[in-house]
Amino acid sequence: MAAGFKTVEPLEYYRRFLKENCRPDGRELGEFRTTTVNIGSISTADGSALVKLGNTTVICGVKAFRSGPPGEEAQVASQFIADVIENSQIIQKEDLCISPGKLVWVLYCDLICLDYDGNILDACTFALLAALKNVQLPEVTINEETALAEVNLKKKSYLNIRTHPVATSFAVFDDTLLIVDPTGEEEHLATGTLTIVMDEEGKLCCLHKPGGSGLTGAKLQDCMSRAVTRHKEVKKLMDEVIKSMKPK
Amino acid sequence: MEEETHTDAKIRAENGTGSSPRGPGCSLRHFACEQNLLSRPDGSASFLQGDTSVLAGVYGPAEVKVSKEIFNKATLEVILRPKIGLPGVAEKSRERLIRNTCEAVVLGTLHPRTSITVVLQVVSDAGSLLACCLNAACMALVDAGVPMRALFCGVACALDSDGTLVLDPTSKQEKARAVLTFALDSVERKLLMSSTKGLYSDTELQQCLAAAQAASQHVFRFYRESLQRRYSKS
Repeated sequence: MAAGFKTVEPLEYYRRFLKENCRPDGRELGEFRTTTVNIGSISTADGSALVKLGNTTVICGVKAFRSGPPGEEAQVASQFIADVIENSQIIQKEDLCISPGKLVWVLYCDLICLDYDGNILDACTFALLAALKNVQLPEVTINEETALAEVNLKKKSYLNIRTHPVATSFAVFDDTLLIVDPTGEEEHLATGTLTIVMDEEGKLCCLHKPGGSGLTGAKLQDCMSRAVTRHKEVKKLMDEVIKSMKPK
Repeated sequence: MEEETHTDAKIRAENGTGSSPRGPGCSLRHFACEQNLLSRPDGSASFLQGDTSVLAGVYGPAEVKVSKEIFNKATLEVILRPKIGLPGVAEKSRERLIRNTCEAVVLGTLHPRTSITVVLQVVSDAGSLLACCLNAACMALVDAGVPMRALFCGVACALDSDGTLVLDPTSKQEKARAVLTFALDSVERKLLMSSTKGLYSDTELQQCLAAAQAASQHVFRFYRESLQRRYSKS
């Protein structure tokens, strides 16, 4: 009966409690809900905290950045990622359209490097691919009468990922030796670097060789075969992870 | 170098039209190169490929800021200015490509703790811009007298949806399935730099590389002829 009264006259219902100097959940007027705080839970952020106030939960991570425009390395890397997205046609831009001419999804991809030890391009491409596979867009319908968008958060669908570009980076030493996946130190000592981005059909989305010592055609061929094997490894890893996450 | 100021050799050389074994789609556009046209930089060159034209100026070896100096070699810097608008992220990434290519050939160890700056200005863009920038940079470095291990040249090629190869594509031809730009060195025709756009297969890459290596012969011959003509005047 109290539930019925609460629905019909919520304010009156509340006033009844207030008259007795208490609240529906049993608290006094001046009493707070149980507060819990957990600090440093995110090890990769410079600072983090998780606070629970009753059922309300908020997590905050703080990452210190140097102010100003991103450095040259970051700009070059972001241009590289943009090229990979464009070249590999990983998603069709038309898939992001909600209503032609009116509403469209815009995806902002922020890649933050938490720790740099070489081979950042491979890591970025893989992170981007995994994140895009993880993206769930809620269904949006345009209400005919009000012409407003209605977001249905309960019905989410995954993005249609068409290809899986995987990057493999090599470092060249002394014009002859090729090593895969260079660390920060190896990159510094290398005389040249090479990054190959391949998709599952063996097609290349990007052959990025920013200067450095010369390579012959035969050496390039070796790199290609290594890139193909790497693609298989990475694809398998990603499929496993996605499968283990699916039942949500 | 200063004696040549009034005798700027304006060299127009013919290039290999149709001399490539593959067919009509593989001819390079008309080349032209002019050196020593700017008075302020130590070296300058203007390179024309068809309608694409890039002006390059080289300052160096010059004094370098203490924050940027490297103790055992020269600090190379490349600045690329687009024809209109402010330089953006795409220019930064191209500058990085050109800089790394130059670093591979310039003998920086002969001039430690100095700076060599290459400034490129796009005068007109009608396709194969990156390749033209590389060629202009090389000619300007030669004009400035910077010691280099080898010369380098840029060659661009476009792949059509049916697999036809077009060397030195125009802006219209660049709308193809894939565009690949290579920088090759003059000694062994090795691949110094590559920057690609679009999807292509492994075999197509090898084809493009072989075609680019053949085309680079023409470019290097052009370099040689233009330099011979310039220095044989005095």
